[in-house]
Amino acid sequence: MKQVLIAVCAVTLLMAGCSRKSKQPALLQATATGTAIVESSGGKQIGYAGMPLDQPVVVQVNDASGNGIAGAAVCFSGPSGVSFTPASGLTDSSGQVTSAVALGQQAGRYKIMASTRDASGKTIELNLDEIVLGYQQTVGAQLNAQYCVRCHDPESTPQRVSNMDNLSVKPHPFTEGDTLNKMSDADLVAIISHGGPALNKSPEMPPWGYTLSKSDIAALVSYIRAVADPPYEAGGLVYAQK
Amino acid sequence: MRNKLHALWRTFFGDSARAFGSASVILLLLLAIAPAKNHFSQWRHYQKQYLHLIRGRADAVTLERHFQGGIQQIWMPEQQVTDRCTTCHLGLKEASLADVSSVAFREHPVIPHKLTEFGCTTCHRGQGAATTVEEAHSATEQWEQPLLPAKYIEAGCGQCHLENQTGTPFLNQGRQLISNSGCTHCHTIKQADGTYIMPDDDPPSLKHIADKTTRDWVYAWIKDPQAYASTATMPNYHFSDDDARDVSAFILAQSTPLQPPLQPPLQPLKADAKAAADPAAGTTLYGQSFCASCHAMQNAAGMMVGGNVGPELTGIGTKAKPEWLQDWVANPNHYDPATMMPHYRFDAQQVATLTGFLESKTEPDFVANVHLDGATPQQIEHGKRLVVENGCASCHEINGIKKPENFAPELSRIGSKPLNQLIFVEGVEHTLPGYVAGKVRNPRAFGPSLKMPQFKFTPQQIDAVTTALLALTDRAQSQPPTMRIASVQQTKYQPAGNAGQLMRDLRCLTCHMIDGHGGDMAPDLTWEGTAVQHEWLTQFLKNPETLRPALIRRMPKFNLTDAEINTLADYMMTVYQTPEFDRDSLPVSQFGTAQVEQGRQLFYSKFACQSCHIADYKTDKGYIGPALAGTGKRFNAAWVYRWLKDPQALRPGTIEPNQHMTDDEARSLTAFLMSLKSGGAQEAMKK
Ligand code: HEC
Repeated sequence: MKQVLIAVCAVTLLMAGCSRKSKQPALLQATATGTAIVESSGGKQIGYAGMPLDQPVVVQVNDASGNGIAGAAVCFSGPSGVSFTPASGLTDSSGQVTSAVALGQQAGRYKIMASTRDASGKTIELNLDEIVLGYQQTVGAQLNAQYCVRCHDPESTPQRVSNMDNLSVKPHPFTEGDTLNKMSDADLVAIISHGGPALNKSPEMPPWGYTLSKSDIAALVSYIRAVADPPYEAGGLVYAQK
Repeated sequence: MRNKLHALWRTFFGDSARAFGSASVILLLLLAIAPAKNHFSQWRHYQKQYLHLIRGRADAVTLERHFQGGIQQIWMPEQQVTDRCTTCHLGLKEASLADVSSVAFREHPVIPHKLTEFGCTTCHRGQGAATTVEEAHSATEQWEQPLLPAKYIEAGCGQCHLENQTGTPFLNQGRQLISNSGCTHCHTIKQADGTYIMPDDDPPSLKHIADKTTRDWVYAWIKDPQAYASTATMPNYHFSDDDARDVSAFILAQSTPLQPPLQPPLQPLKADAKAAADPAAGTTLYGQSFCASCHAMQNAAGMMVGGNVGPELTGIGTKAKPEWLQDWVANPNHYDPATMMPHYRFDAQQVATLTGFLESKTEPDFVANVHLDGATPQQIEHGKRLVVENGCASCHEINGIKKPENFAPELSRIGSKPLNQLIFVEGVEHTLPGYVAGKVRNPRAFGPSLKMPQFKFTPQQIDAVTTALLALTDRAQSQPPTMRIASVQQTKYQPAGNAGQLMRDLRCLTCHMIDGHGGDMAPDLTWEGTAVQHEWLTQFLKNPETLRPALIRRMPKFNLTDAEINTLADYMMTVYQTPEFDRDSLPVSQFGTAQVEQGRQLFYSKFACQSCHIADYKTDKGYIGPALAGTGKRFNAAWVYRWLKDPQALRPGTIEPNQHMTDDEARSLTAFLMSLKSGGAQEAMKK
């Protein structure tokens, strides 16, 4: 009996959830419709399980000539465990809606979606990826910030000036999946442990195998895999809406 | 109806044979309830699902061999662990199940511990012995500790790891925030290793506050500290206008004049001289003195530039009186003997220039709307009562008020606090993490009469502080000490003699670590006497050159006299030596030109040192590490050699990679580096 009750509850809840989701944009009373929805900022962030992302997600609804339009209804959704504040909204005068996002409790890649309706009522969608790091990848992220980022990231901040311009061979940022995804785990471990010459590359890539432990280097590899863009195929779980 | 019932009765219990048969069937059914309950239990359901899942996979045979049916248990009585979680979580150890979408069956993410080492509930909490989803994960009346939400999971690590770990950024950040926000001025936190989390925010003494600032400023500050400086760590007490009036009245009234008293400004700095003085001179001196290493200031573009060791200076001209600023810049020891600020030996002209520069950094809006009449004795009396009630003396020295003991509840075991001892309010989740986070976020929401003030934390900082607090559990305190990794505590090291006095006056330990005591902003000096040459050290103290072109934090110039410099250099060269080797054990005279040349090859080709270091300003650009163009004048060869062989042995944690050089390689490289004798960066840039 209890089980039946639970099942009934679950089904009702599910239905309630679905219907709420689909009704939301309508509830908002859009005063305008656009023809496209684009990302302004907030995609591809690296976050931590269950925590809000550093930056909110900002999306923009455009008209046919690519200008933002005010008053279009935007609805955010994602796999279970992802929350948006607010979950829907009307675009402001510059055509944008901003939402703070907290990702789920598990490490992996989260596919989130922002949608709006065009004049004919058809839904137009924008998909964004966000990344949650697990323990090992967090270790990798910390080690990267300490040992690698100044050579591998072209961007400078006042606290951390990039050294990339000073190198005669340019290393790749770890997000560059096009290059790094082609390297096997063993190759990554080899070049990180023994330096560029291990793969017939430049000695400007130093060897870290006598400074970092094996598990540190494994952590760096798992971090590199987690942040790759395009994603590394075996790069862990992907959470998307069912 | 009645007839029908009667017929039914007759069918089953009409005669003794029928009655016996029916009763037996009922009895059998009753007896079957317990096994059936077992058979249909939730965990069996999970085990069936798991078997179904693995049978569809390529490595089904291996997975099935690993599978064990029935209730599973990790039992470690000495650690109070009885965890049956693995009854349902069947794939935790199966690497090939890393991609399974159901959390129940997925491999556990990689962590540095074996699952059987600590069990599950040690980190995740929850009810280990339970075998239903509900009881294991959620709070029940008998079991208050539900599963810890993932965002606080580092609290699990913090029970044993009292030192910072690479893999626990939030825990580290939370502990740091607890220190930096001064939480432990009021709350005691005794860690499991017997050490205390000490406050690290250095709130100023208020004994002579009237010499430093005005009542208007104090009033506006206690109303909203962050309105004056967004980086201020002082929390907001939400004083009403009247209460702020009375507190400011008392604070000014208790102030006594400094002895010897402040001198009037040397020059009429305020009005006409400010315009007359060269405004660029102040900016230049502020820059040259590297004030920004410790103090932040908003620049013209609205960006905050500078460190957070000292207070933000964006509105210092509104806060500090000119005569106080002049006195402070000349020698901060006069006003506050315990300050972290060094005594720069500025001459009178420099003092006037800097004072004028700082006076010009005003935020007039901050006090524009403050209109206070003279304080009445009643107001002062009421202000005193408020100061006592709010525990202001927990942080600040105040004349006539003792520092209160145990002003706020001890938090050493807050991570295991029973819920029935907590008072919840609406909007706060009825769990321990919910309570702790709620208190950190908005303490006054728990009652307007509560004393805990409002801190300015971002949502992420709230989670970090909550994580650090949740690590303070009964389990952490009661564990066998062998499981604990103790926190790193600073020593009480102080340099001795005349040099020691000088070093204290210059506050060397604010930035440098020596023998385990000091700051981490500048290099550790414990073995500096082995590393460098006497002549170089003397020159450096006279005129600190730029060793790292890309750094904003630099060694300031203290305007030391020759005698002071000699005292310092002699002391450091004699005392700060490693016992491991002798600094003169590798005479440079050994090196021939061939070896130097070989070293040059190694530097530029095999080890590509130029990617991080500059050996020659004309060709090299790398600036992660210090410039090495003057190595031959700066270092001793023995130190360079040892460094090349194993950098982490000389400076633990340095990011210089150990290149695993042979002795010959290290010797040749040392020969090359010791042959580099050009001047510092500025000198080289000029060429
Ligand atoms: C001194 C600068 C420097 C530092 C520090 C550095 N690298 Fe590199 N790295 C390089 C250079 C240069 C290359 C390119 C070598 C080539 O293509 O010949 C490289 C290449 C690599 C590659 C191969 C893919 C690519 O980008 O071409 C990996 C992987 C890598 N580095 C990982 C690391 C890791 C992990 C760290 C930190 C532990 C690190 N590196 C630190 C300079 C650096």
